[in-house]
Amino acid sequence: MKRFANLYRALDQTTSTNIKLAALRSYFESVPPADAGWALYFLSGRRFKRMVGPANLRQWMIEASNLPAWLVEETYASVGDLAETAALLTGTQAPTSINHSLSEWMEKEMLVLGMEPPDQQRLRILRWWQHLDYDTCYLVNKLLTGSLRVGVSHLLVARALADSANLPRPVILHRLMGHWEPTPQFYNQLIAPDDGSTDHSRPYPFCLASPLEQQNTPQELKTQLGDPREWLVEWKWDGIRAQLLRRPGACYIWTRGEELVTDRYPEVRDAAYGLPDGTVLDGEILAWSEETGVMPFTILQRRLGRKTIGKKLLQDIPICFMAYDLIEHEGQDMRQHTTTERRALLDRLLKQAGPVLKMSPLLSVTSWEEAAQRQMESRGRLVEGLMLKHRNALYEVGRRRGHWWKWKITPHTLDTVMMYAQPGHGRRANLYTDYTFGVWQNQELVPIAKAYSGLTNEEIYELDTWIRQHTIKRFGPVRSVKPEQVFELAFEAINRSSRHKSGVAVRFPRIARWRRDLDPKDADSLADVHSLPGTGTA
Amino acid sequence: MTSFAPETALIKMTPNGLYCPQGRFYIDPVRGPVERAVITHGHADHARNVAETYFTTFGSSPILQKRLSNDISLHTVSYSEPFTLGETTVSLHPAGHILGSAQVRVEHQGEVWVVTGDFKRDHDPTCQPFEVVPCDTLISEATFALPIYRWPPAGQVARDILAWWDENIELHQVSVLFCYALGKAQRVLAELKKLTDRKVLLHGAILPIVDIYREAGIPMVPTEKIDLQHKRDYAGEMILAPPSALGSPWMRRFKGAQTGFCSGWMRVRGNRRRRGYDRGFVLSDHADWPSLLQTFDDSQASRIQLHHGYSDILVRYLEELGVDAISLGSPFADLETV
Repeated sequence: MKRFANLYRALDQTTSTNIKLAALRSYFESVPPADAGWALYFLSGRRFKRMVGPANLRQWMIEASNLPAWLVEETYASVGDLAETAALLTGTQAPTSINHSLSEWMEKEMLVLGMEPPDQQRLRILRWWQHLDYDTCYLVNKLLTGSLRVGVSHLLVARALADSANLPRPVILHRLMGHWEPTPQFYNQLIAPDDGSTDHSRPYPFCLASPLEQQNTPQELKTQLGDPREWLVEWKWDGIRAQLLRRPGACYIWTRGEELVTDRYPEVRDAAYGLPDGTVLDGEILAWSEETGVMPFTILQRRLGRKTIGKKLLQDIPICFMAYDLIEHEGQDMRQHTTTERRALLDRLLKQAGPVLKMSPLLSVTSWEEAAQRQMESRGRLVEGLMLKHRNALYEVGRRRGHWWKWKITPHTLDTVMMYAQPGHGRRANLYTDYTFGVWQNQELVPIAKAYSGLTNEEIYELDTWIRQHTIKRFGPVRSVKPEQVFELAFEAINRSSRHKSGVAVRFPRIARWRRDLDPKDADSLADVHSLPGTGTA
Repeated sequence: MTSFAPETALIKMTPNGLYCPQGRFYIDPVRGPVERAVITHGHADHARNVAETYFTTFGSSPILQKRLSNDISLHTVSYSEPFTLGETTVSLHPAGHILGSAQVRVEHQGEVWVVTGDFKRDHDPTCQPFEVVPCDTLISEATFALPIYRWPPAGQVARDILAWWDENIELHQVSVLFCYALGKAQRVLAELKKLTDRKVLLHGAILPIVDIYREAGIPMVPTEKIDLQHKRDYAGEMILAPPSALGSPWMRRFKGAQTGFCSGWMRVRGNRRRRGYDRGFVLSDHADWPSLLQTFDDSQASRIQLHHGYSDILVRYLEELGVDAISLGSPFADLETV
């Protein structure tokens, strides 16, 4: 465990990619496969279901610290992270006296803890806190609360593994996709020489598009992308990105978040059985009506997170898989073929596939002016904008600039007034970073959205000071502030909602800019909000 | 028992700072103009150019002259040497915060009040150790008054700093260690002196204070001001700089520098991450939670008055223990940010 704690510390204490890479390599090369497997599990952002409720943990932390409960709560509010607070209040400066390796920790302590009744959990955790040095205690607590985040990208971890195992990185990335257990066997297979075989349920790493500036003019597009005839243009669908795998005897649907969702979309699964073995499609899961086409994302959302899909839901919200790429064909990895070649094969394949598996149509665009015009149709068509793929682009791993671009429509914007602020969590505890914004209705502000992102660090610090000096009232951690600061909010869509006081729910709100030039009375009104396109739907 | 009412208090908080009416002097006034000021130490939030006459220790006087002006009217006293101000007898006692730092003991008609100023109980080779001064009322700072603030031994922190330097030498990178120019920087140099004789480079803001400390006979590792005229490769060097230099154009000449910060705040990860330092070294010149409680106990004071930092929290904690405690607030309260 000490070695993993050291690795965590090394990664946490530098922003240099090279130093991180070196630390990862040296860790993987020096620990047994059992530890490496678990380390990889956590480094790739996987985590346990929370084993101990936060309320229990807080109770035990109070007990272990020997301090009044209110003082522990004040301390927690100042630190902003439960795991860290517990370590700071209980961890010792003496060296750790529980000497388990990482895998022993997981198997002899953590997994056992998960099966124990609360009173035994309590005894076990109090014993940890008594015997662990600060670094180990912090890490164990982070595992306990399921909040361990390590500042390394998936790609960097894969690079370190690829370097250590002397394998191409795409091989490692592919082997890391999908479900796996952190066993020594898994780790050994991961770094075994490439024999071309991969677990047949495993998806390919997704190829990602880079964003194009939303305000781009046709002239700018020409400068950046060149001749429009070299590009394939299609709609940017607003659904769930997924890979559909048809393998001998089985079908799998994987989302971009590497979730296996095959059974949630039985109509897609059934249609996929009609595809030949050894086929992998890349596309978008959409709620789709044969009469009107794509339905808003909010409708699709109703099918998300449902374990069982009832008949009514199947009927009310029909699904289609809008395919736009072919990653595997006749059992062959197609990623090194050009987009044109892949699309031609995909087109042929889907000809006999039936209505659930659709082909994302190409837009015939001969100039960037024309592309800009089509892009403007997006909102009416309930799509997010355009996708531009170079005709000769390969199917790359991750986000490689220059091959695939997403050109999203300009979002809606509203000028709103800040009403409330509360501190963030983790590294933003102590700083007011979570804001509530309102619009006018009869001389009163009505909350319309909460937003957390979009300001620079300097602006956040400045605003933090302003908030502290202009607080009207406090409600626990929340402060209401003088209605003086105007912010332009951007958001993707707006829908009617009976659950919100304002009568609308906005999708993905964020701060576009701090409008110091505007007086609060210049901010928008609720009537302005209701007049935005989209408020009629859903 | 003397009354606790503010009108009879020996020292009270005013918009200008702590004031003693019976002695007609301020302690560390933040605004002015005022007539007489007793200065606990030379940090900018304590020694401000607002008084006609200053009273301070021998150790602090060159710092005040450097930071305020050579022309200020300055009365310098030794530790424990009593002097009269108005109807009160005043003496200054070591606070262990930085070179020359003092607690202020004020006696009036047999009643004794002590203002700790900024203080710490941990060992520090650059200044005299904190002296316990018994009193009736103790006015203390509460900068780090949360139970998570417990300091590791400074010697251990110095070894961590040296190990970090070594790592960066191995990586062929420059180490830039940020610390307050007055006090912290010299403490780091003095702690390092116990471990090594390697030369440390100094940002221009730190150099004059290091000179003052050398003059006072504090042993520190060799230092040299960074020569900005000539471009050179700083790989493997250790540079001390004030926190204000982070993110300034000055930093641009140290490409790929590994950065560290020495402060008690570094005990909390978020504080380090938010400011963008690679490394945080927990080294504070203030009292930690256990030291605060220890000091209140040692002073035998029947009343504790707190200012700065987490005063309100510590007051509530003391009250629950049955201690007579209040928070004085801070004259800076309206300006304070995290």
